[in-house]
Amino acid sequence: MHPLYKIKDLTIDLPVWGDRKTAVTDINFELYPDEILCIVGESGSGKSVLARALMGLFPSKHVCASKGEILLDGEDVLSMSADKLRTIRGNKVAMIFQEPMTALNPLLTIGKQIVEVIEVHRPEMQKQAFQKAIQILSDVHLPNPEQIFHAYPHQLSGGQRQRAMIAMALILEPQCLIADEPTTALDVTTQAQILKLIKELQNKHHTAIVFITHDFGVVAEIADRIAVMESGKLVEINYAKNLLTSPQHPYTKKLLGAVPSILPAKSRALSSSSQIVLDVRNLSKVFNTRHGIFKGVTREVRALSQISFELKEGETLGVVGESGSGKSTLAKCIARLVDADDGKIFILGEDFLQAKGESLRKFRRNVQLVFQDPYSSLDPRQKIGSIITEGPILHGENREVAIQRMFELLQIVGLDKKSADRLPHEFSGGQRQRIGIARALALRPRLLIADEAVSALDVSVQAQVLGLLKDIRDEFKLTLLFITHDLRVAAQICDSVMVMSKGEIMEYGATKTIFESPQHPYTQQLLGAIPGRAYWLEHQLVTQ
Amino acid sequence: MVVSRLQYIRRRLLLAVPIIFFIIALNFLLIQIAPGDAADVLAGEAGSATPEYMDQLRRKFGLDQPIYVQLLTYVSNVATFDLGFSFRHNKPVSELILSRLGPTLLLMVPVLLISVSMGILLGAIAARYLNRWQDKTISTVVVLTYATPVFWAGLMLIVLFSVKLGWFPTSGMEKIAAFHTGLARIIDIAHHMVLPVITLTLFYIALYTRLMRASVIEQNTMDYVTTARSKGLGEKRVLWGHILRNACLPVLTMAGIQAGALLGGAVVVETVFSWPGLGLLAYESLFARDLNLLLGIFFISACLVVLVNLAVDLLYASLDPRIELK
Amino acid sequence: MRDIFRRFARNIPAVFGLVILVLVMGAAFFAPTIYPQGPFEMVGRPFLEPLTDYLLGTDQLGRDLGVGLLYGARVTLQIGLISTLIAIFLGLTIGGTAGYFGGWIDTLLMRITEIFQTIPFFLFAILLVAILKPTLGSVIFAIAVVSWPPMARLVRSEFLSIRNREFVQACIVMGMGHWQIIFKHVLPNTLSPIIVTGSLMVATAILIESGLSFLGLTDPNVMSWGFIIGSGRSVLRTAWWVCAMPGIAILLTVMAINLVGEGLNDALNPRLKNI
Repeated sequence: MHPLYKIKDLTIDLPVWGDRKTAVTDINFELYPDEILCIVGESGSGKSVLARALMGLFPSKHVCASKGEILLDGEDVLSMSADKLRTIRGNKVAMIFQEPMTALNPLLTIGKQIVEVIEVHRPEMQKQAFQKAIQILSDVHLPNPEQIFHAYPHQLSGGQRQRAMIAMALILEPQCLIADEPTTALDVTTQAQILKLIKELQNKHHTAIVFITHDFGVVAEIADRIAVMESGKLVEINYAKNLLTSPQHPYTKKLLGAVPSILPAKSRALSSSSQIVLDVRNLSKVFNTRHGIFKGVTREVRALSQISFELKEGETLGVVGESGSGKSTLAKCIARLVDADDGKIFILGEDFLQAKGESLRKFRRNVQLVFQDPYSSLDPRQKIGSIITEGPILHGENREVAIQRMFELLQIVGLDKKSADRLPHEFSGGQRQRIGIARALALRPRLLIADEAVSALDVSVQAQVLGLLKDIRDEFKLTLLFITHDLRVAAQICDSVMVMSKGEIMEYGATKTIFESPQHPYTQQLLGAIPGRAYWLEHQLVTQ
Repeated sequence: MVVSRLQYIRRRLLLAVPIIFFIIALNFLLIQIAPGDAADVLAGEAGSATPEYMDQLRRKFGLDQPIYVQLLTYVSNVATFDLGFSFRHNKPVSELILSRLGPTLLLMVPVLLISVSMGILLGAIAARYLNRWQDKTISTVVVLTYATPVFWAGLMLIVLFSVKLGWFPTSGMEKIAAFHTGLARIIDIAHHMVLPVITLTLFYIALYTRLMRASVIEQNTMDYVTTARSKGLGEKRVLWGHILRNACLPVLTMAGIQAGALLGGAVVVETVFSWPGLGLLAYESLFARDLNLLLGIFFISACLVVLVNLAVDLLYASLDPRIELK
Repeated sequence: MRDIFRRFARNIPAVFGLVILVLVMGAAFFAPTIYPQGPFEMVGRPFLEPLTDYLLGTDQLGRDLGVGLLYGARVTLQIGLISTLIAIFLGLTIGGTAGYFGGWIDTLLMRITEIFQTIPFFLFAILLVAILKPTLGSVIFAIAVVSWPPMARLVRSEFLSIRNREFVQACIVMGMGHWQIIFKHVLPNTLSPIIVTGSLMVATAILIESGLSFLGLTDPNVMSWGFIIGSGRSVLRTAWWVCAMPGIAILLTVMAINLVGEGLNDALNPRLKNI
């Protein structure tokens, strides 16, 4: 069978000021018709640059191929004229992107953006353009295609926008679809639906698909073949079944090993007579968003409705939910970053919501947070040492003592002593999270809240930081409230799990119970939506 | 929730009420700060009013009343467009201002339209040919024009085109002695308009060109532009069909904000060219120390700005569907 | 820090602007040393053309135009800098409070800012100087009062966005007080846009001042560049250089400030220019 794409010895250079010389080096592989090839890699692997290069799209004139060929049906994309490239884009090869909100022009209707493809490539079909658009919109299972046609991107949900993008890409039935992390920005249930849709359409139109992702679960769900990339090199490529069950390259093994298993970790023995550290009763929060150019329209959002639960000393509770579930609001209310409207929060027996002024300030040290975004959780102008000692010094600790403790903490989180004199931008994402953990621990909090603390990290780094949290938790007997959207991650570290949706608690129980016999339909839905779950369970891939 | 255009206009005009009120109160404050008795100020030029009129004024504005009553009286007067009387021109101030409003608008409207449209065009061209000669030329001219004081530009244009070359008249709106009517009059006025309009437009073209250029460059990095290219759209279509509309929005916003500045520019340009509009009237009232007239002009200008802002907002809302207004 | 200097130095227009500014500031500083007699001194016959006895000619009262320009630099820069500093202070306070505390404080302060932005600022400046009688002080005051709104807007949006960053949230959770957060964490991170906008504001202040003095609203005891242009207006046809020279001086200075300001912007926020 003839390959649709044949990539030979491809090397793409980065500009002189980049952090390395090449985006990708000596890439060789083929793409055959009617197959789904997943390209997996972490950030910086070069997978996105490669994906775009397949269409001759380069982010700037400084990023260009210095060596090799990209043969599309025998013709080299890299030496095609601009006009020739235009004829194949959207026509023979189409692409969908990660963020559907920014990938669509906010000022044009969905219909106009879809019909545009026909106008440019098949002007003779213009009369039927509307019909074809409606047809493809219903093929992607969008309700009321006519309404969607006349709608603007901001009026659709994330999942709907992605479906619209897929419609736009497939309307001219291209031979190849390049999908650059199309489900990464979506909720897990929406992701499951989109993956199903892609599989369905692939079956129907026999399109070859290049699917870029960092999530091995997604890979297990849809891949026919898998290519693994590391720092610009293609380290392994094989049929899905083979690669997942017997990976060859050490990097592939490392990546697979880092994927959080959906089998919960062994449950720990917890002392039953522990003190109750956190006691939340009937917590409620309503957000009134006023919008519109006149700010006269008020929309009420129930972020939290009557949330009640307890956390014992040394326990780790996972709060799991999709976007809009209220889990972040819960964390913020407990930390008093946001004021709850109703309900009570007792920390170590004290009514936290009643504390004011000086006593509030003193009490705050008992509740500390580890934040999500490593690139905004540290003051870019502050040295690491200062970041970690700031809290203790603020609370009256002796400066010398604080500095000593800071060095201890750096060691505990696995960073060099010299880090204290450096600035945040000198560290990687994973290292910054470690610094954030050290900062939180400096105040010796009784309750540590990790608000999606590993969600923004690459999977291998994620595994390391998660491991670090577990070690620290075990050694210092910390009480941990672990917020996440990823059930797999929760399974690794939490003793019990609380599933939230639309501001309410759907289910609460021991991790093992939740995973093995979920009661609530929503929990079952969440578990079922975990990508690659069936594959993982079937092949008993125990990754820890 | 969608709001009809009429409802929106009504709501916005209501929103404007506190602004107008504040401006009137500001005027009142300024009157109090000014040297002399408030009646002196309100009568206009010192000494030119008859004693009877001064007494009338004092009673009307209740100058023996507590200050907040004075404020209320003043507000109700101004709000009903009773802005006083000008002895010098022998007309009520509001009538005087109205008669001079036309010539000013005759300058302002072309300036606004030309500067915005030329700014968008030049900015798009500069961005399209980034760092090439088109961009470098446009950017250099922009840098120079942006730094040129408006009045100096006007004076230099007069020196070159009126005095040395004799192509355009040096001042005024029309050749009054010629008694033109109909089309001949329109042409005459247009002839007189050229230099003042160019003078004021120069600065604003520079401003909008810079803004548009930066805006287009920024839009070029947006994801939807990559999507457009991935669909096989040519550069021209990407620019005109996608980027332009998005890039215009900040320029439009700026044009609304600059409405007030435009009226200030009118003062200078009309003074340089002796153009009989509100700006020249303001200058004359300065000379004649007629604070009351000046305050009246200030008030009307502010009202104009509010209206212009409303128009710009409506235009913006019709271009950007994310703003909820149907 | 060194990177910032290097990036700036590579920007030719910015360096060019800096050179001009240094010259202007030098003129301002050394004027009394070189010509201690002052600019109002009548030194020769009126209406002498440039490049005859005097480098830039004389005006209608026989004053040396060149000396006038040197002293004018002093006054113009003084007015520009002081009024801008006041405006920055006002903008920082109002915008910062609005952006940091949010809520009704934000709404109230922003409405006030909006109102000030609606007022035609040049007319307002004219009014203020006319009422307070034209002196150096009233001119500086008037310019400051009409210039602060854009700075307030900028500071507000910067403070608002930094306020929501996670490292500020970490400070709150730590128990840090508002003032410490603002001065230690928020303000230092908003410095670069403030510096850039502030420098550009000096240029605007100079333009406003020249406009005001052209209309006659200037302290009669100080000779600014606008003053010279205003006084030369009546002799435009015959002694055009009285108007032209100071105008060129203003143009060059304002242009230089703009170039330096933009150079600062590019140096402080490096972006890939060639994408």
